Amino acid sequence: MIKKTSLYNLHKKYFAKMVEFAGYEMPIQYKDGIINEHKFTRTNCGVFDVSHMGQLFIYGNENLTQDLEKIFPVDLKNLQVNQSKYSFLMNDSAGIYDDLIITKIIGGYLIILNAACKENDHKIIQEKLKNKHNVELKENLSLIAIQGPKAKSILEKEIQGVEKLKFMSGGKFKFQKNDIYITRSGYTGEDGFEVSINDSYVQEFVENMLKSGAKLIGLGARDTLRMEAGLCLYGNDIDMNTTPIEANLKWAISKNRINTEYPGSKIIQNQIQSGVHKIRIGIKPDGRVIARGNTKIYNNDNKEIGKVTSGTFGPSVDHSIAMGYVENQYATLNTKLFLEVRGKKIPANVCNLPFYKKNYVKGEINV
Amino acid sequence: MSNLKYSKEHEWLKLDGDVATIGITKHATEMLGDIVFAELPEKGANVEKDSTAGVVESTKAASDVYTPISGEVVEANRMIVDDPSKINADPEGEAWFFKLKIKDIKELDTLMNKDEYDKFAKESAQ
Repeated sequence: MIKKTSLYNLHKKYFAKMVEFAGYEMPIQYKDGIINEHKFTRTNCGVFDVSHMGQLFIYGNENLTQDLEKIFPVDLKNLQVNQSKYSFLMNDSAGIYDDLIITKIIGGYLIILNAACKENDHKIIQEKLKNKHNVELKENLSLIAIQGPKAKSILEKEIQGVEKLKFMSGGKFKFQKNDIYITRSGYTGEDGFEVSINDSYVQEFVENMLKSGAKLIGLGARDTLRMEAGLCLYGNDIDMNTTPIEANLKWAISKNRINTEYPGSKIIQNQIQSGVHKIRIGIKPDGRVIARGNTKIYNNDNKEIGKVTSGTFGPSVDHSIAMGYVENQYATLNTKLFLEVRGKKIPANVCNLPFYKKNYVKGEINV
Repeated sequence: MSNLKYSKEHEWLKLDGDVATIGITKHATEMLGDIVFAELPEKGANVEKDSTAGVVESTKAASDVYTPISGEVVEANRMIVDDPSKINADPEGEAWFFKLKIKDIKELDTLMNKDEYDKFAKESAQ
């Protein structure tokens, strides 16, 4: 049975083209189309319905933090209330079950999970915590991302005080006397916010954003925006067969946690010490040809050395962009690669990520 | 007004003497979304009816462009390769794909007229 978010009727009202994504009927684009929606987010303010994502609340006793540190390779002891960290749920081989954002809230933690993974994540986390703490995947909450250079002013008009939030931190606010939780974060490479809000007033909240000049943006532009920002999509760029080190996401493992114990810790430590066989890189193909996921990557001698995991045309950078995994020795900046697209070998170069430079409002506290 | 012919793969064809101009329909562009890449056949190439003669890509996916008729490519429209957004802007006008010197005029009989195509497109969009 395909699920709908609380904004389903609103999507229809704004002429959304709906597609199935992770068991939900979601808007891939609206009337303006992916490129216009993408560019509007980069220059103005986009509103994304991401209510299909999981919002997992964990409340517990004084052991909760140390119990969660056995699950996530992140320094939670020094995380302050309302601060967020990007992290992973891994198996014992350091394969990634999911990538997630964990935020310390009063009395516990809030974890934002990918839609396709959330039920499984919930089960795994619950099993690992052995019923010592209360784990709940909330069903009555929507999640709205508000992204772009004008996100701050548009949201501030509705919810006073959000402009004071630092990147990767959050707080409790009110929308018409109702509690909502807002973090300064996102998945577009722009400044922005994610708003966790009860299903019963999400539509009114979003309509107010639209009245203030924001526009609804579909999953199509969300994908081109995140690719330009060099961010991974779970299931494409990271999965059970990649580790955070191979994915070039070592920065997300807290330094003081690397040599402690968590699922996959032996593999992570070993990969940091001895290196990896394959690693995620940014790829810039020559010309306009697009190398999609699963495109084979070759070296100068026609030897297959890896695979593309995501690729599209970047509307803001105005060229073809891709990311993928290659054998470690080919990961150096500007290494010449060849991508096999429709039987032809397209020249490409290893390039820096992100393709599009970030505009985040940086926090002062760095844990 | 239309003397255009249409294929089930959403290409249009306009005949001028023994040369056919071929492109993709407005309906096709609406289904594809924003087109960001186009690949065309080489001048001089011989193409067979219903075979792949080009490619268009949106930000989301790639789609083959088929030739609705056999013939020799006499011209390819470089303009849409350099600026694929023209295909969304004017698919049945300046953003034609290629011109063929046709091999067998009888092949045209297999194609639809405008009314037939409009009905077909509406049904296939359901």
